[in-house]
Amino acid sequence: MKKFISEDGLVLPLDRANVDTDYIIPKQFLKSIKRTGFGKNLFDEARYLDKGLPDADCSDRPINPDFVMNQPRYKGVSILLARENFGCGSSREHAPWALDDYGFRCVIAPSFADIFFNNCVKNGILLIVLEDKIVEKLFSETAANEGYRLAVDLPSQTITTPSGETIAFEIEESRKNILLNGLDDISLTLQNKNDIQAYETGWQQKSPWLFSQAGS
Amino acid sequence: MAGLTLYDKLWESHLVKNLDDDTSLIYIDLHFLHEVTSPQAFEGLRIAGRKPWRAGANMATPDHNVPTTKDERSRGVEGILDPTSKIQVKSLDSNCLEFGIDEFQIDDPRHGIVHVIGPEQGRTLPGMTIVCGDSHTSTHGALGALAHGIGTSEVEHVLATQCLVQKKAKNMLIKVNGQLNSGVTAKDVVLAIIGHIGTAGGTGYTIEFGGEAIQSLSVEGRMTVCNMAIEAGARAGIVAVDEKTIEYVKGRPFAPTGETWDLAEAAWRDLVSDADAEFDAVVELEAADIAPQVSWGTSPEMVAPVTGNVPDPALMTNESKRNNYQQALKYMGLEAGTPIQSIQLDRVFIGSCTNSRIEDLRAAAAVVKGRKVAANIKEALVVPGSGLVKAQAELEGLDRIFTEAGLQWREPGCSMCLAMNADQLGEGEHCASTSNRNFEGRQGFGGRTHLVSPAMAAAAAVHGHFVDIREVELN
Repeated sequence: MKKFISEDGLVLPLDRANVDTDYIIPKQFLKSIKRTGFGKNLFDEARYLDKGLPDADCSDRPINPDFVMNQPRYKGVSILLARENFGCGSSREHAPWALDDYGFRCVIAPSFADIFFNNCVKNGILLIVLEDKIVEKLFSETAANEGYRLAVDLPSQTITTPSGETIAFEIEESRKNILLNGLDDISLTLQNKNDIQAYETGWQQKSPWLFSQAGS
Repeated sequence: MAGLTLYDKLWESHLVKNLDDDTSLIYIDLHFLHEVTSPQAFEGLRIAGRKPWRAGANMATPDHNVPTTKDERSRGVEGILDPTSKIQVKSLDSNCLEFGIDEFQIDDPRHGIVHVIGPEQGRTLPGMTIVCGDSHTSTHGALGALAHGIGTSEVEHVLATQCLVQKKAKNMLIKVNGQLNSGVTAKDVVLAIIGHIGTAGGTGYTIEFGGEAIQSLSVEGRMTVCNMAIEAGARAGIVAVDEKTIEYVKGRPFAPTGETWDLAEAAWRDLVSDADAEFDAVVELEAADIAPQVSWGTSPEMVAPVTGNVPDPALMTNESKRNNYQQALKYMGLEAGTPIQSIQLDRVFIGSCTNSRIEDLRAAAAVVKGRKVAANIKEALVVPGSGLVKAQAELEGLDRIFTEAGLQWREPGCSMCLAMNADQLGEGEHCASTSNRNFEGRQGFGGRTHLVSPAMAAAAAVHGHFVDIREVELN
């Protein structure tokens, strides 16, 4: 899995609460059987003025000039600043795949939906939860300063603003470890193979009906 | 020491081990797969040279982008006109074959929406842990199972290890006291709950739905409620096992029989929260206060009673919420203060994993019987949740009631709930829909979704606008 250690990048402010995964990547793009290539359709319905079709060339589609990501000052962004309950709705991992493919390495918001949160960790994207008032402050600083960047450092769990202010953030030790080392969590789980087998044997004795379902 | 909640019991019985930090390894009894969120997981197994840990604990079916017209479906997988959809469905077939996983293929009479066929077949059993690469997996919690959606990386993880690394959620009890008024259904209950606690109200929790009104619901009704737990932010919703649960499961094709049934039944009867269990949060609603609900905005929390009006964002004190409401009204093309019943509709969709079971279809048919779809409704679709639901409805003559009224009777699948197939809204069109999400573009680019119960959708089809189902006479 992709590692996350630190990111010093341009910030995109997406001032919208309850951004759902349909908004992040609309369903017509979920027909792909690959994990890559979703970046050009990230926020498709907000970003373009026409209806997006799978496999279409996006380079000559009409751009929505009002959508924040299309403003020239936000070209090359890698940190997304968002509002509460970001990533709600569908479990589609295509949402983090699209964010990653576009170039986002980190999302900062007051809260995230649970399934989306897990899906991001699996893809080396760091999600940072900050208090409402700090997020609000970052929104105003981003709006006021063209070229606004943040330096996110996972080992020290800090964000540094252009003025040198440091903001601390929390992360669970297990998630931090997985992100820092880019660990393959299937291999990690399989280190517990004997425990899983022992559990399974006991569970089968206790609940035999759960192990005789197939083909009945 | 306080007693255990149902969620505590399900968690503890599936705990393989606690890991170093506050996460745990949890055993998964049953894994459902569909064509959209599985291909990359199978590819991952292939690249790593891994095999499923226990192939028999998996069950697959294509549902998200299967067509629903008779013409396309009569030719099986080859009948799918959209070439990318066809590749995805074929990939599921070949992956299931390669990895030895049971699949109900597109032309199997038992095919259908994964969250409809699991319980229907008796694959879903009380006391199980169940996951699927689909957020509406919470549906299965209606049978006293711990069920929730996962992403594709976790699909691969479950295939390879039969486990998930999880952090235990907090316990929330949502109690609906008293009896529902006539015409008020499970869908109205869950929409009212989401309206009350908000779309992030259940984030970080497993919600147990209880109280007299929930106990009075049929098992299918409880599925509708648990289905939308995720719309309240909770990955899993559950209902305690009772006599209705046991009766529902008994005799289904994959349910245990004979002595094993007796063992299972005895174990299932303990799947209730202890009387002295403590919840981290308790929310209570009075059933009598719940009216038929209609969503007016672009989030499932944006609901109003059918007798109400579209709210005025200007009256909201919270700035973020005010902006949110303004964005929603703009997208929906609605003015603040508009009576819900005067919103003009273009299409009607009756279906989805929320509301496509036989009781839903009976409720809708009772409303349209002897009536005609209103002139302003361009299309009204009825999409049964499975081949068996469809067959049962045809046996009862419901298909003829729908077609005589001018609604279309389709083949099973997810259809216009997420509009991955050809069943979509046009730009700006308003739809009365029995599905679960009214997000921007969910049912088609620029489409405007109003979430309602099957009876409310049926009444909207024949009137061309929302009406209070409590005042509609049934034929």
